[in-house]
Amino acid sequence: MLTLAILAPLAGALGLALWRETGETAARTAAAAVAALPLALLALVWLGFDTAPGAPTFQAVEELPWIPSLDVAWRLGVDGVSLPIAAMSALLFLGAILWPVETDGRARQYFAWLLFLEGVSLGLFLVLDLLLFYVFFDLSLVGMYFLIGRWGHGAAQQAALKFFVYTLAGSLAILLGILGLVLAGAGPLSFDMRVLIERQPLEGAGIAAPLVLLAFVVGFAVKTPLVPVHTWLPPAHVDAPGPASAILAGVLLKMGGYGLIRIPLSMMQETFARYALAIGVLALVSILWGALVALAQTNLKRRIAYTSVNHMGYTVLGIATAGALTAGAGQEAARQLALTGAVVEMVAHGLITGALFLIAGGFWTRTQDYDLDGYGGLAGRAPKLAAATMLAAFASFGLPALAGFVAEFQIFAGTFAVFPWLAAIGVVGLLVTAALFLRMIQKLFFGPLPETHRDFADLGRRESLVMVGLLFFVVLIGVWPTWLLAVIDHGAAVIVAGR
Amino acid sequence: MPLGDVAPEIALLLTAVAILLAAGFAPRAWQWLGAPAALAGIALAATLLAGQVGMRTLTFSGVWAIDGASVWARMLILGATAVAVVMTPPWLRTDRRHGEYYAILLLSALGAMALAAAADLLQLLIAVLLSSVTGYTLAAYHRDWGPSVEAGMKYFLIGAFANAILAIGVALMVGTLQATGFAEIAGAAPGALSPLALTGLALTVAGVAFKLGAVPFHSWMPDVAEGAPAPAAAFLTVVPKIGAAVLLLRLVDLFPADMAAIRPLVALLAVATMTLGNAAALWQDDVRRMLGWSSVSQSGYALMAVCVVGRADEAAAALLVFLLGYAVANLAAFAVVTHLRGRTARADYAGLAGERPLAALVLVTSFLSLVGIPPLAGFIGKLALFAVTIEGGYAWLAVVAVLNTVLSLYYYLRVLGPAYFAAAPGRVATLGRWTLVAMAASGALVAGFGLAAEASFAALSGIRLAP
Repeated sequence: MLTLAILAPLAGALGLALWRETGETAARTAAAAVAALPLALLALVWLGFDTAPGAPTFQAVEELPWIPSLDVAWRLGVDGVSLPIAAMSALLFLGAILWPVETDGRARQYFAWLLFLEGVSLGLFLVLDLLLFYVFFDLSLVGMYFLIGRWGHGAAQQAALKFFVYTLAGSLAILLGILGLVLAGAGPLSFDMRVLIERQPLEGAGIAAPLVLLAFVVGFAVKTPLVPVHTWLPPAHVDAPGPASAILAGVLLKMGGYGLIRIPLSMMQETFARYALAIGVLALVSILWGALVALAQTNLKRRIAYTSVNHMGYTVLGIATAGALTAGAGQEAARQLALTGAVVEMVAHGLITGALFLIAGGFWTRTQDYDLDGYGGLAGRAPKLAAATMLAAFASFGLPALAGFVAEFQIFAGTFAVFPWLAAIGVVGLLVTAALFLRMIQKLFFGPLPETHRDFADLGRRESLVMVGLLFFVVLIGVWPTWLLAVIDHGAAVIVAGR
Repeated sequence: MPLGDVAPEIALLLTAVAILLAAGFAPRAWQWLGAPAALAGIALAATLLAGQVGMRTLTFSGVWAIDGASVWARMLILGATAVAVVMTPPWLRTDRRHGEYYAILLLSALGAMALAAAADLLQLLIAVLLSSVTGYTLAAYHRDWGPSVEAGMKYFLIGAFANAILAIGVALMVGTLQATGFAEIAGAAPGALSPLALTGLALTVAGVAFKLGAVPFHSWMPDVAEGAPAPAAAFLTVVPKIGAAVLLLRLVDLFPADMAAIRPLVALLAVATMTLGNAAALWQDDVRRMLGWSSVSQSGYALMAVCVVGRADEAAAALLVFLLGYAVANLAAFAVVTHLRGRTARADYAGLAGERPLAALVLVTSFLSLVGIPPLAGFIGKLALFAVTIEGGYAWLAVVAVLNTVLSLYYYLRVLGPAYFAAAPGRVATLGRWTLVAMAASGALVAGFGLAAEASFAALSGIRLAP
């Protein structure tokens, strides 16, 4: 089932690439139909997911040999961490495909690349093999490189190049880390994640352990991104087409957070615990830096881009808290709370920021302008757009009864118990984001309407549909999160409890 | 003497002689028949070579090694030569000496094969000379065209110097170690070499580095890549390198794993080679020249496996997996260049994806494979290299290689970016059916050897050098 969820979009991409003479509508319809399939399959897996206390950690497992000599295999499976992120990704990809965009006469190729990216992104979240994880990690860079370079605007090629070179550096650090992890420890060579989690290969390994951890943290920090290795992000976001930005923020950034949970946090608990505070401080810097720099931006997309740095900082803060084994007894509940919060944050951020970037893309198709100062008074002209933007923005800065609040509350509640000072300072980030989103809404929708935007169009039918689809879940998670938390807790409990 | 042990080489030699004789008499319209004849000879040699799979012995009084490394390296040399042959006919169609070309090509491949199997210092010298002399001719084959003659001349001058260095190194080693055969040297080599013997070894390594295209004798590579006939450039940047890399592996393996001098020296050469090659490629606006420099940097990666031989069990397997990935990707890249009639300015590749989608696809596949993007053949090679390097205690070398890989992505994308994102200035002419076949086949192999990596590992893991 999971195999089909990965291969269907890849096959769809190939089909679109070979399908000559097709119009934009036909290509879009075909792509959307293909993209709906993984979403449906993951929903089925979700329904069958057993969250009872004794249930296996990894479920819906599939395994086929690929390179038996190295014990590399096509191993798939989901746990409480990967399933929600994968499902959110599938939903966001469907939304991104439906969202109208200028494809420059190459609709077929555009949708083919989007489907390719969907296949490899889902692959990354669903595999249980470290080498395949790396394969999908790298392929996601290739897909995004072509999307930004070909359909971006402004200095798109430079932005795409910077993105590719920067994140390849990160992914190669991860490759070294993977090799260091796999080659260490006793027992036969294996790239099986379950074996490595069981084995904890670097326990008591001396100097090698922190070096491998460093490789992973650097690699995933580039992708997440954390300050100071975030500088590829703003140009990539600003110059990418709206749906590609939404995917970049909603799905690709999650690979960093997910990777941190899946590899260092799970496979080298002892070492991670030793450096958890340092990672937490790194996250705190990102929280504050992202929020403050976002406040200073006048470019709509750049502002949203920097809030991603801020939000992913919360995620990493939660992960660092979860890994702090050194905390006293009785704090296990707090650590699990933080990890659950980190995963909810990833899901919530994917939906919310995905929606915000799609909206930013909508602004670009209408006016070719991201400058906040050029807008005003659009609430009257475009009420549906205004409502969607406000809802997403409120959710983003953590208004209660919306998804962002559930996530951030849990992260901070957990962190206060383990690293009180980090949490106390981190809360400042929440205040700054609230301020910057309120300023953004005020500039876009209130005040006088500029003469040039007299005929500004409201959300179209397809745009409204996508917004309703994404924001429905934002509200649902906000008011009734139990269905999501039950699944995530099942995964988080195992990781926090250790072997 | 067990003549059957060199049956593949004899088959190749006889084919070359037959082609040479026939080409002297054949009319111009028939000259291209040298290509199918060469392919037949290669197929025969490969069949004979297949019979040696699984053997592990020294033959001809210990000068010729038949083991996993030698057999598979020679197989790879034959395969690469075959691809280079398929690219050639349309390129040389108008050349009066078209037929002879295949004879020289086969002799050059023979030199590389002898290099891969050499287990004796004098045999090594002869193999290097055979491979070099034919190489100069191939590089300068367009004798009426300045850049080609310049490439041949530069190749020759550097080669003459490097070969002299090699001869001095071999003489010093033979004189101080009192042996020419690798087996005797390994038996006699003390834990620490005398300064004179060490100098000899260093000079020998440097001399073979010429064939590998590594520092200090690397500078012919970009010139040959740019000036030699494109199919010859494809051959010369790949085939001698395979032989030289295996030879260096064999040579370094003779000395104890913890001996102070030789492995750090190779590590330094590796760092210098990959860094220099990448740095020089960064701003190249000539695609063939860029490929030449990238080929230098790939030699540096190959040296990583040489550096850890004896320290990591699978160093030989890793080297061959890497060479396989490099060979198919580099051949595919040159096949694209050849198919596009040698088009070489970077600006001329703009918009290629719109005009020639297949050529662009093969180009992007081969470049990404050279970077090491999974699941292509180059990734499998780099994975194996990094693994043995870390296992062999040279993790820092793997880190340097990673930094270099990031650097290399930049110059590959400088070509690929415009090819996909810009509009073509005009129509893009192509050469013909032969080059199309070579391009499509090598492009498919780049993906195939990545996806079917198990086949390579199953054949190669566990290979050990002959005693």
